[in-house]
Amino acid sequence: MRALLCFLTSVLLAVPMLAAAQEAVPTETARPDRSATGGAQTLEDILARQRGERIDDSFRSEAIGGSAATVPALGPLGGASDPEIWRALRYNKADVTASAGGDVGKVLVQDGGMRWYRFRRGPLAVYGGYLLLGTIAALVLFYLLRGKVRLDEPTTGRTVTRFQAIERFAHWMMAGAFVLLGVTGLLVLFGRMFIAPYLGKEVNAGLLTGAKFIHNNVSWAFMIALVMIFVMWVWHNIPNRTDLTWFAQAGGIIGKRHPPARKFNGGQKIIFWSVILLGGSISVSGLSLLFPFALPLFAKTFAVLNDLGVPGWIGMEHLPTALAPQEEMQLAQTWHAIIAFLLMAIIIAHIYIGSIGMEGAFDAMNSGEVDEAWAHQHHSLWLDEYKTKQAGRPGGAAGPAE
Amino acid sequence: MKAMLAGFAAMILIGLGAWLALGQMGFSVEEVSSGPNVRLE
Repeated sequence: MRALLCFLTSVLLAVPMLAAAQEAVPTETARPDRSATGGAQTLEDILARQRGERIDDSFRSEAIGGSAATVPALGPLGGASDPEIWRALRYNKADVTASAGGDVGKVLVQDGGMRWYRFRRGPLAVYGGYLLLGTIAALVLFYLLRGKVRLDEPTTGRTVTRFQAIERFAHWMMAGAFVLLGVTGLLVLFGRMFIAPYLGKEVNAGLLTGAKFIHNNVSWAFMIALVMIFVMWVWHNIPNRTDLTWFAQAGGIIGKRHPPARKFNGGQKIIFWSVILLGGSISVSGLSLLFPFALPLFAKTFAVLNDLGVPGWIGMEHLPTALAPQEEMQLAQTWHAIIAFLLMAIIIAHIYIGSIGMEGAFDAMNSGEVDEAWAHQHHSLWLDEYKTKQAGRPGGAAGPAE
Repeated sequence: MKAMLAGFAAMILIGLGAWLALGQMGFSVEEVSSGPNVRLE
């Protein structure tokens, strides 16, 4: 799972390539001859683009006309022909004023929009979908091969309190919100592809309108629960040396060993920090999406990345720092969706282990009470600390009730 | 079980509360996507 996270993080660093405007890649070959078309694109350009090659389109982005003084041939018609006006609009070089709508209203043609659209419909949906399906398939396989993690010692009949009511409350508020957010988010992404063809566009539209309403409003509960979870559990999730032992023994999930652990073992700490970091990132990009055009995130982020030299690490040029408002929203959606797929995959594994994957795990979060044998097998250090605290209390570790 | 149900109930209440509160604050879709130049009557 960690290797998968590392790999996907490296892939994520490639996302900014989406945003790269028409950054012309300098070619070593001679300037192509476009006299046949009078400076417009030639058949070679069209064929190259169809083959998926990048062409230097500065011959278009710079052919945006001039003023009446610099292009006297056009005289009373001004200095720019219609195609030149449209090229200026497309390449964001036109001087646009708008009476309403602010910066958003000034963008008439947004060149990056089609790239985003194709990415959302193509790689995002395909890779994201396969990530989730693959995770489920891997867990099914694991369950068939390894089976449920059982209790090796017999139950003692004595329980200890693992999670108090407030902890369980916050967890379930977050869990319920996450499931709703995930399902509604997937509906919005995949509805047109998988629901509309079978149930019709009206049903799909109604369903997705409801999904968006639920998604936007439940997000607040998720964010509140995220803060509660962080505050309650951050101290118990600081990595330490017991985690190294725990990972070295693969958490005991393979074989018969029971590595010691405190309140949260190494695997749980991975889940915690994934939820906090990825969930936090989803929340920030989500807030940007909830308040359109009001919280642009990427221009500043790209500026910081440029200053740190990050694009150079993966052989890229500078990331663009002048983004159209629509482009900001598209990047926010893209980031939000990619992180959401990652988090959904992680949480699917978490749900597996907390429900059918391990005997006694669900009780911990359902009733809060776990048998001492379970605690001894999975969180022996935590059990020792718990018992020490109980013994130290006045009227403390009482004998069996009368 | 009680904590779970309480969590779900809180989620629904916060969702409804957010919808109403944000609407009051002028963040409903009608308000946000409108402007002084838009005459709807």
